[in-house]
Amino acid sequence: MLDDFMTRALLAGIGTALAAAPLGCFVVWRRMAYFGDATAHAAILGVALSLALSLPIFAGAMAIALLMATMVTLLSGRGYAMDTLLGVLAHSALAVGLVTVSFLTTVRIDIMAYLFGDILAVGRDDLAVIWGGAALVLALVAWRWSALLTTTLNPDLARAAGIDPKREQLVLTLALAIVVAVAIKVVGVLLITALLIIPAATARPFARTPEAMAVIASGVATVSAGAGLHASYAFDTPTGPTIVCVIAVLFCCSTAVSGIRRLALRG
Amino acid sequence: MTALVETLGLTVRLGGATILDRVDFGIERGEIVTVVGPNGSGKSTLLRALLGGVRPAAGQVRRAPGVRLGYVPQRLVLDPTLPMTVARFLTLSRRVSRAERAAALEKAGVPDAGGQQMSALSGGQFQRVLLARAILDDPDLLILDEATAGLDQPGAAAFYRRIEEVRAETGCAVLMVSHDLHVVMSASDRVVCLNGHVCCEGAPEVVAEAPVYRALFGEGTQGALALYRHSHDHRHDRAGSEARIREAG
Repeated sequence: MLDDFMTRALLAGIGTALAAAPLGCFVVWRRMAYFGDATAHAAILGVALSLALSLPIFAGAMAIALLMATMVTLLSGRGYAMDTLLGVLAHSALAVGLVTVSFLTTVRIDIMAYLFGDILAVGRDDLAVIWGGAALVLALVAWRWSALLTTTLNPDLARAAGIDPKREQLVLTLALAIVVAVAIKVVGVLLITALLIIPAATARPFARTPEAMAVIASGVATVSAGAGLHASYAFDTPTGPTIVCVIAVLFCCSTAVSGIRRLALRG
Repeated sequence: MTALVETLGLTVRLGGATILDRVDFGIERGEIVTVVGPNGSGKSTLLRALLGGVRPAAGQVRRAPGVRLGYVPQRLVLDPTLPMTVARFLTLSRRVSRAERAAALEKAGVPDAGGQQMSALSGGQFQRVLLARAILDDPDLLILDEATAGLDQPGAAAFYRRIEEVRAETGCAVLMVSHDLHVVMSASDRVVCLNGHVCCEGAPEVVAEAPVYRALFGEGTQGALALYRHSHDHRHDRAGSEARIREAG
């Protein structure tokens, strides 16, 4: 079954979607969108370094993503506003990564594959990494779910309940780095944040509890991965961007439906 | 009797400024203590230190072993992207049975709020739901950080009465912080005036029946509010309100 490249691509897409969607809810609730962007952009530097040192791409991308996330956490609150700091770090990391890649004369790589993903080229090993990473992220988020939610609501509330907000922040950072490393092959570093945020935003109007929002977001992301893959095959379009287009369409539908519902309630 | 929580010579510095300077403070089982002080006097820092969120520069914070804390934050900003029913909010830290949940909401004075979205609550209802959550864990000490800041005087008085009832039912100690220097919860056993250091301490003056008091607070507070007369000789930043109190007394 795994011999078919479409099947492998579908499994890779679903794995990434399932890991990204619940984590994406936290990114939305905690307003970490730009933080996710910075982490993802830094990963291209990780890719370049892994290629230069002949290390696994997954490990390199994750290490640099983690480093970036830690650096942002350490530097925040020291003079610059968070969005300025993230803007500086995200784009510097991306630029340095791209320049580093240009020095690699020994390996000829298709940089587009890492910027926008190359889901159709996913092999069995990649699939193992993607599903391993996804399982790890889901386990991490499920295990810390209540503590993460409490911390998101109010750090002091968390402390009174015996939860260390800093540790929970670290859990999120770690999970984010794993998702970035996993999703590079699927949608590429430039579109990872879309996979995190848009499903969560799409789910919001239909959810009454945080758990419902995570479940709906996972559904939206999974359906989008499948539909996007088939659409890209049918129309011969790049797969990663096509998947994101499908999620964006679902987001528009969701916004329209909730708008109509509000109007109906008022009238 | 030993204190539930206490600070010994607690000094806290944040970004070079000394926020708390050698503060000795303690609260005992069943006691109601109100901490008052002007803005920036370190009240919230003191609470945060008691909760364990601030590292002291000197001195220490001691908690009795196994003491359970319930915390009602000053303001909880719920991001509009986060859907949350009251019932789900109450079960955040641990699984709670439907009956327990209903009992806590009943005690806090919002028996019918369970199915509502947190974002749909009024200011007073929201504070009561926070109170319900804090008392769910059967705390030994209930900590309230300017819990009545968003409420008008009758609203604050009603909230104070509710807290008095909770104390009477559960026997928990109550520590609350208020930026109002002179009007405190009348059930306070002690009022501590903080301004970086402990300025003065004493019992509130219950003058609920005096006509001037009614003129000051209006009807409907039913004795839940009281005045606190400061015994230190320096003034804080609100000379106007001090003068007002002198006339009232």
